[in-house]
Amino acid sequence: MNVKSAGRLAVLLVLLGIVLYPLIWMLGTSFKSQTEILSNSSAWPQAWTPGNYSEGWTHFDVSMGRFFFNSALVSLLTVVGNALSCLLAAYAFARLRFRARRLWFAVMIGTLLLPSHVLIVPQFILFRTFDWVGGPFPYMPLLVPQFLATEAFFVFLMVQFMRGIPRELDEAAKIDGCSPYGVFRHVILPLSRPALVTTAIFSFIWTWNDFFRQLVYLSDLDKYTVPVALTLFIDSTGQSAVGPMFAMSVLSLLPVFLFFVAFQRMLVEGINTSGLKG
Amino acid sequence: MASTTTTRPRPGPDRPKAGVSAHRRGLRPDRTREGLAGYIFLSPWLLGLMGITAIPMLMSLYLSFTDYDILSTWSEIEWVGLANYRRMFGDDPSYWHAVQVTATFALIAVPLKLAAALGVALLLNRERRGVGLFRGLFYLPSLLGGSVALAIVWLNIFNRDGAFNGFLGLFGIEGEPWANDPDWALETLMVLAIWQFGAPMVIFLAGLKQVPTELYEAASVDGAGPVRKFLSITLPMLSPVIFFNLVLETINGFQGFTSAFVLSGGTGGPVDSTLMYTLNLYIKGFTDYEMGYASAMAWVFLVFIGVITVVLFSTGRFWVHYSDGDDNS
Repeated sequence: MNVKSAGRLAVLLVLLGIVLYPLIWMLGTSFKSQTEILSNSSAWPQAWTPGNYSEGWTHFDVSMGRFFFNSALVSLLTVVGNALSCLLAAYAFARLRFRARRLWFAVMIGTLLLPSHVLIVPQFILFRTFDWVGGPFPYMPLLVPQFLATEAFFVFLMVQFMRGIPRELDEAAKIDGCSPYGVFRHVILPLSRPALVTTAIFSFIWTWNDFFRQLVYLSDLDKYTVPVALTLFIDSTGQSAVGPMFAMSVLSLLPVFLFFVAFQRMLVEGINTSGLKG
Repeated sequence: MASTTTTRPRPGPDRPKAGVSAHRRGLRPDRTREGLAGYIFLSPWLLGLMGITAIPMLMSLYLSFTDYDILSTWSEIEWVGLANYRRMFGDDPSYWHAVQVTATFALIAVPLKLAAALGVALLLNRERRGVGLFRGLFYLPSLLGGSVALAIVWLNIFNRDGAFNGFLGLFGIEGEPWANDPDWALETLMVLAIWQFGAPMVIFLAGLKQVPTELYEAASVDGAGPVRKFLSITLPMLSPVIFFNLVLETINGFQGFTSAFVLSGGTGGPVDSTLMYTLNLYIKGFTDYEMGYASAMAWVFLVFIGVITVVLFSTGRFWVHYSDGDDNS
């Protein structure tokens, strides 16, 4: 039995090594000099050089800092938009009785599986007629949909969460004279914090990593977000900028990684409590 | 609000009863107030549904019958009937090529990804200590893998001088520039997709926790071996989760864009070997500006995704086992 479990652990460790190797290799390569990148394909640099980071940061006419700022702006506003608009819609679906509620709910579920690629052409045309594409604030096409609860996944997630909040709390608040708005403000909003946190984390990560829509809508270099800017490295170079490209790739993943570290703690805690039982 | 509207009209018989009607009159303002509040809370979503989803969908349906390109004004748009669809199905070899590439990708990458997810989940499910850490670290690629950064890394891992050939070199094998070889570029993308098996794995693990241990104990008493237990208990009990993952991953698989774009520099190359459907759509719509044609492609894609979902759901009846039935003792 002991041999068996040791064998299993060994298999898991080997698998984990394979799975994590690309990430380690990326990190290592970002510290290699240009000549070493071509000669040394292992993950470990023979000589650690931070030069790729400073070189990559100023590689384009616009500093990388600008792209990070743009990405952060889009991601944070998306978080706000999703959290607000999806919470409002979810409250209506989960708690209020109104005409055609079942129909709208079915429609919302239907949009869950709607591929975003299907809508990109007409949305582009529509936003272009509003002069939002390439306008003074070119992030409008990226942000407006997020403030209109179009991310059905989060609406659904919050509806499911709110169904778990005891209805007695609503009833008590109503007896105390709360209107539907009061119930939302004083009962549902404060109790929905866990669902809001989950929504915030996922919408930040997804937006930070999103490429397709940002590629379609952003055309001015100084308005680019990090993913769109990273593709410039591929276009612009032969082998000469591989190091800076890797360095900036590492930096671009850093916010997501930090979220992961914070999120991971929650995961492990969840496992620890269930581990006690089984 | 009109006082005659009640949110729940009931059949006639209890209408005339005075008591009920009085009772209702008492409730009515509340009900309409709640109904109004419902629509107020729903209004951003409704606006989004109309403006961001429904109207663009109808627009794209209309445009798919036109020759619209981004430069023409609305008055210059010409109705071309089914020409776009005829071109797609009749004389656009690149379209069929893209369909083939996408189908190959999904048919190979999705099952392998799910198999990897289930395999590692089974191993982890037996583990007692460090499960949380393992689970988190296996999940990490799912979080990072869809990004441009990882696609860039992948391109370089499978380059001539990349890590993969470095690894093969240890065994004296001389590798190819995989990512630039038309015969291997799509496989490179598949490996990137499979590498992200962590997300379905986490879902499998949660599913495995739900399987009652009594079933395994009973099976042990009956002398069942591990393979038998897996086939007769684990797989059937896990089938709803497998189904959920299958639907999700298949739909995701058909939509792969970022990695194909980065690997091929936005062209679908080398020699169209990574021309995924969505990449082809992007090229037609936003590089060639044939937006009418791209709209037609988008609608066929939507119908196709719909058909796949329906097919998955209808076959699911035959192999998905829901334990609230009474056939497990």
